[in-house]
Parts: sequence; C-alpha cells; structure tokens
Amino acid sequence: MTDILNGLVHLTSMLILPGLAYGSQLALGALGVTLIFGVLRFSSFAHAEGLSLGTALTILITLWLQGMGVSLGVLPTALLGMLLAMPLLALVFIGTDRALYRHFRRINARPEVFMIVSAGVMLIMNGVIRLVIGTDGRDFEDGERFIVTARGFRDWSGLAEPLVLKTSQMLTIGLAVLAMACLFRFLNRTRAGRSMRAYADNRNLALLSGVDPDRIVRLTWVLVAVLSVLAGVLFGLDKGYRPFVYQQLLLPMFAAAVVGGLGSPVGAVVGSMIVAFSELALTFAWKKALTYLLPAGLAPDGMMQLLSTEYKFAVSFLILVIVLLVRPAGLYGKAAR
Amino acid sequence: MSFLRAENLTGGYGGPPILNGCTIEVDRGRIAVIVGPNGAGKSTAMKAVLGMLRLTSGRVMLDGRDITALPPQARIRAGMGFVPQTENVFPTLTVFENLQMGALLRKDAIGDTLDEIFALFPILADKRHQPAGQLSGGQRQQLAVGRALMTRPSVLLLDEPTAGVSPNVMDELFDKITRIAAQGLAVLMVEQNAAGALEIADTGFVLVQGANRFTGTGRELLADPDTRRSFLGGRA
Amino acid sequence: MNRTALLYAAMAAVLLAVGLLQSWQLALTIFNLCVISAVMSLGVNVQWGVAGMFNVGTMGSAAVGGLAVVLVSAPPVGAAWEAGGTGLLAAGAVLLGTAVAVSVLWRRLSGLPVTRGLAVTVTAIAGILVAQGWFLPATAAIEAVDAASAGYLGGLGLPVALSWGVGGLLAALVAWPIGRLTAGLRSDYLAVATFGISEIILAVLRNEEWLARGVKNVTGLPRPVPYEADLQSAPWAQQIADWLGWPLRDTASVLVKLAYAAWFLAVLLAIWWALERLARAPWGRMMRAIRDNEEAARAMGKDVARRHLQAFVLGSAIVGIGGAMLVTLDGQFTAGSYQPLRFTFLIWVMVIIGGSGNHRGAIFGGFLIWFVWVQAETAGLWLAATGAALLSPENPLRLALEQGPAQLRYVVMGLILVLVMRFAPRGLIPEATPEAPK
Repeated sequence: MTDILNGLVHLTSMLILPGLAYGSQLALGALGVTLIFGVLRFSSFAHAEGLSLGTALTILITLWLQGMGVSLGVLPTALLGMLLAMPLLALVFIGTDRALYRHFRRINARPEVFMIVSAGVMLIMNGVIRLVIGTDGRDFEDGERFIVTARGFRDWSGLAEPLVLKTSQMLTIGLAVLAMACLFRFLNRTRAGRSMRAYADNRNLALLSGVDPDRIVRLTWVLVAVLSVLAGVLFGLDKGYRPFVYQQLLLPMFAAAVVGGLGSPVGAVVGSMIVAFSELALTFAWKKALTYLLPAGLAPDGMMQLLSTEYKFAVSFLILVIVLLVRPAGLYGKAAR
Repeated sequence: MSFLRAENLTGGYGGPPILNGCTIEVDRGRIAVIVGPNGAGKSTAMKAVLGMLRLTSGRVMLDGRDITALPPQARIRAGMGFVPQTENVFPTLTVFENLQMGALLRKDAIGDTLDEIFALFPILADKRHQPAGQLSGGQRQQLAVGRALMTRPSVLLLDEPTAGVSPNVMDELFDKITRIAAQGLAVLMVEQNAAGALEIADTGFVLVQGANRFTGTGRELLADPDTRRSFLGGRA
Repeated sequence: MNRTALLYAAMAAVLLAVGLLQSWQLALTIFNLCVISAVMSLGVNVQWGVAGMFNVGTMGSAAVGGLAVVLVSAPPVGAAWEAGGTGLLAAGAVLLGTAVAVSVLWRRLSGLPVTRGLAVTVTAIAGILVAQGWFLPATAAIEAVDAASAGYLGGLGLPVALSWGVGGLLAALVAWPIGRLTAGLRSDYLAVATFGISEIILAVLRNEEWLARGVKNVTGLPRPVPYEADLQSAPWAQQIADWLGWPLRDTASVLVKLAYAAWFLAVLLAIWWALERLARAPWGRMMRAIRDNEEAARAMGKDVARRHLQAFVLGSAIVGIGGAMLVTLDGQFTAGSYQPLRFTFLIWVMVIIGGSGNHRGAIFGGFLIWFVWVQAETAGLWLAATGAALLSPENPLRLALEQGPAQLRYVVMGLILVLVMRFAPRGLIPEATPEAPK
C-alpha cells in the first residue's frame, strides 16, 4: 500500500504536475497559432518570437517595478509586469499587421506568401529581442517558489517520495484555465467573438453581414498578444527565460495546433495536452514508478526510458506525423490536403 | 416606378462587359426571376443590383432612391437581403448563431424576427443548436434564406436557391419563397431551373448576352414556344 | 546591357572592391561561401520557385549533406567498430523488425481501432526497450573508444570530393520518405512538417555521438586541395609570390582559396547547367504548369504528387551537395552550428530576393545575401565601435551595441525579406514569362 502511494506521489510530482503545467503553457501558445490561422489564414513562424518578446518586455518592466520597490509578496512581481507588457505586445502585433500583413490581405496573397513574410518578422523580432535583452538566460521569479516543498511533504506524510508543487506550476494551471474560460466565453457568448468566428468560417458572408474586417483583425492580434504574454511568462517563471529555448517552442505549438486541427480553439487545448504528456511520458524514466507499482518480482532492470530527454522536441513532431498519417484534419479541424 | 429598379446595367469584371444594358425591376409582394442560357450574365446582373460590380453605366433605384453609389454593405443596410449561391452559411456556427450573425447590423431586439423565421422554417427551430455544417443541403438553403431575412429586408435577392437540392426540397423552397413575397417583400432570384421558377414568378426576365431578350409574366414565358425552345432547355 | 548582366557585374565589382580595399583572402573566403550559398539557393529554388512547394526543412538537407563528408572521408575507427559494431547492428535489426511488425499489425487490425492502437503501441514500446538492450551498451562502448579524439565509428577514409555526390545522394534518400509523407499536404502542413523533420534530423546529429561525435564535432576532415604549409615549400608558389610582391604566406592562402573556388564553381556551374536543361525539357514545363495552376494540371491528368515528390527530392539533393561542400570548406562538422535561421530562412531570403523560379536569380540571391550577411557584421562592428566611443561605458544602449552586431544581421535579413516581399515580390531578377508553346 505504501509502495503504491509512493509510486503515485512520484508520478504526480514528476509527470502529472509538470505535464499539466507544460500543457497549459503550450495551450496558451497554440491557441494563438490557431487564432491567427483561423482569422488570418496562415501559420505564423513569428509566433514563438512573439512569446519571447512578450516575456522579454515583461522582464524589463518587472525589473523596473522591482527597482521602484513594487512587490506582490508571495507571488512573482512578473504577474504585474505582464499586465503592462500585454498592451505593448498588442501594439507591436497590430503595428506589424498594419505595416505588412494588411497589404498581403488586400492583394489576396497565397498563404505561403504570408508564411514567408512571417519568417521575415521572425528574423527581425529575433534580432531585436537579443539586442534588447541579450542572449543569456534569466530567472525572474521572485516571491515564494514552492507551495509544497519536498521536505514539508515528506514530514507531513511520512512517505519516502516527495511531492513538490511549485508556485509557478500552480499559477500556470490556474491562470491558463482562467484565460481559456474567458477566451471561450468571449468567442461563444459575445457579439465580437461570434463575428470573429464567423469571419474565420466564411469571410465573404461575414463581410456581407456587416463584420468590420479591420476590427476583427485588430481584435485577433490583441487576443494573440494577451495569450502570448501569458504563455511566455508562465513558461519563463516555470523554466527560466532563454531566447534560444523560446525559439524551440514553435514546433510543439505548431504540433499541438495541428493535432487539434488548425483553426479549432478546443483542438488547440486538447492537442497541447497530448503533445505535452507524450513529450514527458516518452522521455520519462519509468523505472522508479514501475518498481513501486508492480509486484516485487516484475521490477524492471533498465531505466525504462523510451527516448533520451534530448529528443523531447522530436516527440511533438512524431505525434504530428502520426496525426497527419491517420487523421490529416486533426481532431477537430478541416481537411489538410 | 417599381420598388426596386435596376436600369440599363452595363459593366463586367474589368474584361469585356458582361452586362449590356439590361433592366430588371420588381415590386413589393412580387417575385421576379432572371433566366437565360449559361453565361447570359444572370448572376452578374444580381451582383450588380447588390453593388458587387463596377458599372460603367446604368443605375439602381430602391424605393425611389438612387443607390448606385452605395457599396454592398450599405445596400444591405438600406434594406436588401442577399442569399449567395454557395457558401451561404457559417458552417461551424450553430443555426441560432448564424441567424444572430444575419442580424449583426441591427441594433434593436431581434426576438420577433426570430419567431417569424422559425415559424416559416420550423426545421431551423428544431436544429437551432446544431452547427450549420451538419445540416442537409435543403436545410442549409433554408438557413441561408433565414439568415438573409434577419435584417428585415424589403428586397430579397436569391442566387440560384435550388442549385443542387432534390426536386422535393425545391418545391418546398419555392413554396417558402412565395410565402415570403406574400409578406410584402420584393423577391428577385436567379434560377438555372427556369421552368420551376417561372411557375411562381410574377415577372420573368430572359437575359441573353447581358441584355433583355424577353420580359413577361412567368405564365406568358412558359406558354411562349419560342422562349421555351430557346431558353428553357426545351423541356416539357 | 540587361538587368541580369548588370546585377552580376555589380556583384563582381563589389567582391573585387573587397579584394582591393580589405584583402584578397577575405574576398575569396566570401566568394567561396557565396558559391556554396548559391548551390543551396538553387536547391530551394527547385522546390519553391519551380514546383511551388513550401519546404522549410532546408537545414536538415544541409546537415545530412555535411554528415556525408564525415561518413565518406573521415578515417575509419576500427576499434569502435569492434567495440560496438555488432551491438549497433543488432539494435538496428530489432528496430527494423519492430517497424515491420508494427506495419503488419496496422494493416491486419484495420477494422479494430482500439485493439490496433493498443497492439501497435505495446509492440513499439517493447521493440524500443529490447533494442535499447543492445543499443545503449554498444554506443557507450563506441563513445568510450579514444573518447578525446574519436569515440565514434569514423568514416570510410575515401577522397573528400566523393562525399559531395554522396551528400546529395544521402540528402535525397532522407528526403524521399519525407516527401512521400508530406508532398500531398496543404502548404501550412507541409511547412510545419518539414520544419519539424529538419529539427529532428539535427537532434539526432547532436545527440548520437557514435555517429558523428555529436556536439563534440568532427575536426580535421581531409581537403580536396593542398595545405597552405605544403604550398609554402613549393618553389612555384615562391615564384608567384615574388611576381606578385606578396608575402609567401598570403600567396599560399590565396592559392588554396582559389583552388577551393575552382572546385565549388565547377559544381555550381554543373548544377546550374543541368537545371537549365531540365527547365527547358518537358519536365520543367510540366512543373511550371503545375505550379501556376495545380487544379488545371490535375484535371489534365498530371500526377501532381509524383512531380512534387521529384522536385522535393531533387531540391534536397542539391542542398545536400551544398551542405557537403560547406563542411569540406570548414574542414569540420559541427552539429551545433546548424540553426534554422542560418540554414533554412537565410537560404529562403536568397531565393526570394534573387527571384524565385529563375535559377540565375537564385544564384545571384545566394551571392548577394551571403555578402550582406557577412558584411552586416562588419558594418555592425563598426557601428558598435563608433557608438561605443560616443556613449558612456554604463549606457545600456552601448552595452546593447557591443553585443549587437551578430544580432543586428538577423534584423537586416528580416527587413530585406519583408521589404522584397512587399515591394518587389518577383525578386531582383524576375522569372521571365515563358514563351507561349508553339
């Protein structure tokens, strides 16, 4: 019995909580990918840089706030900085749209053209971010780091395995659920959200119905900015901010959006959880958990790790390939071919 | 002068003109049908009425007001409802949301209009919470018409409303359209299926190469052997 | 004089100016990399410009081409083969068997989705775990063999120039299944898929040390040209140096670079010639027809997916050749140096700015963008030095400027890309509208 409890605590602490947190972070990012795809009809290569820029802005604002003596007590100050970074990032996005994407919308350019342009935006943002904040990693989490510490849990439960719950994990899961609830409520229950979905569904009919396309596009970028800052900051609080690592988030976010079906918000969330848990489960060393959970005779010898952790990002792609083979439209989407 | 009158329409999509001075009109409570051979400019004429085409000459009058300069959205605001031939619903939105989208331009309460539309198309009331993409072809056409009626238009423009639906559904749709006209709307439609449409039409405009060839009541055109042979596919 | 000739002449003049004003070694270094860039640019142009396929996995092909240099020309490490060769082969056999079993199960159980999913998952996991039983000890043994300088299987010890062809072949071999999988996909999905595959290829190259030493790099690869030191002792080199009035060291270095340039230029011209012939052949006309109107081509009975696959494989092979030449020029294979920004998107900028669809444009784009890429750093350094001199040492702007130049060029590249897309979408040397068929 104790063994099984130990095994479950081990799995919760090492797999389930990190998976939920990472899945939530991905979901916020993948929702941005899917919104851009739905409304603007292209996959933005610049999306990961958007997360990165949002986080960089948050860090700078947070440093400034901390310099002024502002603090949120047990919570990280970045939560406050984040609120200021959101409108800034929205302005950057809307400015980019005005300067570039709007032109290509007007000439009805092919989606490839948009993607190439977004690659250009990615290069520019990448350079700007590194110019502004440098290439080094930064940890910007202040306040209380843990809600449940390893020692505290062991003392309380008497189990051998510790349960660790980081503040950043709890914040991530809580804020992500809140943000998604707000987003879905907005999309389904408000006039503007409905117009946005209608515009994504059938552009011509939406225009005929009196939808103002410029307004929809602006609104989309604002939503994408809010989601990007949230995703980037929560990821950064959890794992630290490194521009290079953020670049690598593009693939899992794309994979999550594709798995769920490009253009489907629900799909993006489900896809993100699938990607996050697959990444962790396939690169997780199951030896300890299996030793606890299986009868003594069946305990494994090896690490029981299917893939080395270096291949974490490869997993998201593996899932992508399987989905493209089995169900190209994704779980909730339109046809991919 | 008729309630809606589009006269001497000339123009096209930048290339050679598709419309060569045709005139189309319809009064409130009446149904007018544009028929003609393929490529005669039927749909183009309707687009011109809606303002989706740049005219080189001609004008469109609605209720005595010249609306030639207005863009499509403004014409819809001025009282036109339009049902495109294809892609005329929002597939991932529910039936109810589709109707709400139809009323986007309205600022007042839409409950009464919804009741009227559900009375006219009971099936839409049953399926109000289903995504439009899951409806059958005929149901989808009904939703498209319902959506266009949400602005409470005085004119309803229908671009081939029966394209691709079964004969049974077609008869039902024509029946609904007759009822809509009876409520005092001016109905203008383009139909490939000329014989069926002329049955319910008060006026038929036969277009050939973007110009009026024959104009008459639906019955006259159906009875005239010339029109029948040349433009109604010679059927029956 | 037409626009193409003018642009090429201007490019030549700029390179000459670098030779005269900075140094001939620098001019030739830039030139050699320009040629390699042009080769890669041609490869992407076959995919995008000719076939209209949005492949964002260029980096993968370049890296596979680079790997070929290691596999072909590096000296073999016999001890490593003895230590882990059999284990590795056994693991490979198990994985192959697992793959076969999975595909058989997949087909047999097509009516039972749940059973199928479960059976396939269990088989795959079991296969991987069994294979690990051989794989982990074997690779550990290989990586332990002379870890400081070897620790991998080594190559075949063959002449390095051979590896360029092998690089193309290997890239094509890797591209073929990828193309089969993705060629029919809509462009968004193709982009995401190819982007992901290139990342995976790199993940393998970085982590599998037994293959090509991972991030520990394979250095000292053989060269197709003499070493500078050997040239310095050759009397004829001394004569040339005397005649030019240059120091012997500089002369030898320039001569070596010229030799590289001759090799690379020959390859570039051969590829260009072949592609031009192909463009005029029925294949090229069909590709353009498919690109310009896929639906119509399909309606006419053209096998669009098959043509796309051919273009995809051909383009990847050309990029692979470029990748192999680059590793040869560097004399080392550094898995860590492959970044999508440098090896995928930079090449894309070359194709777009040159004029997609036009091979002469793609070559010019390769030259121009590589030149700007290199000189942007020089310009950035100068800017930083000037700026730094004017600003106080604590000024954050100065700190940013000092570490800026390397980052600045990404901004420059991005700006060039979006500006070209915005104001000259057909590129500097637009594709000539093909004559109407007679």
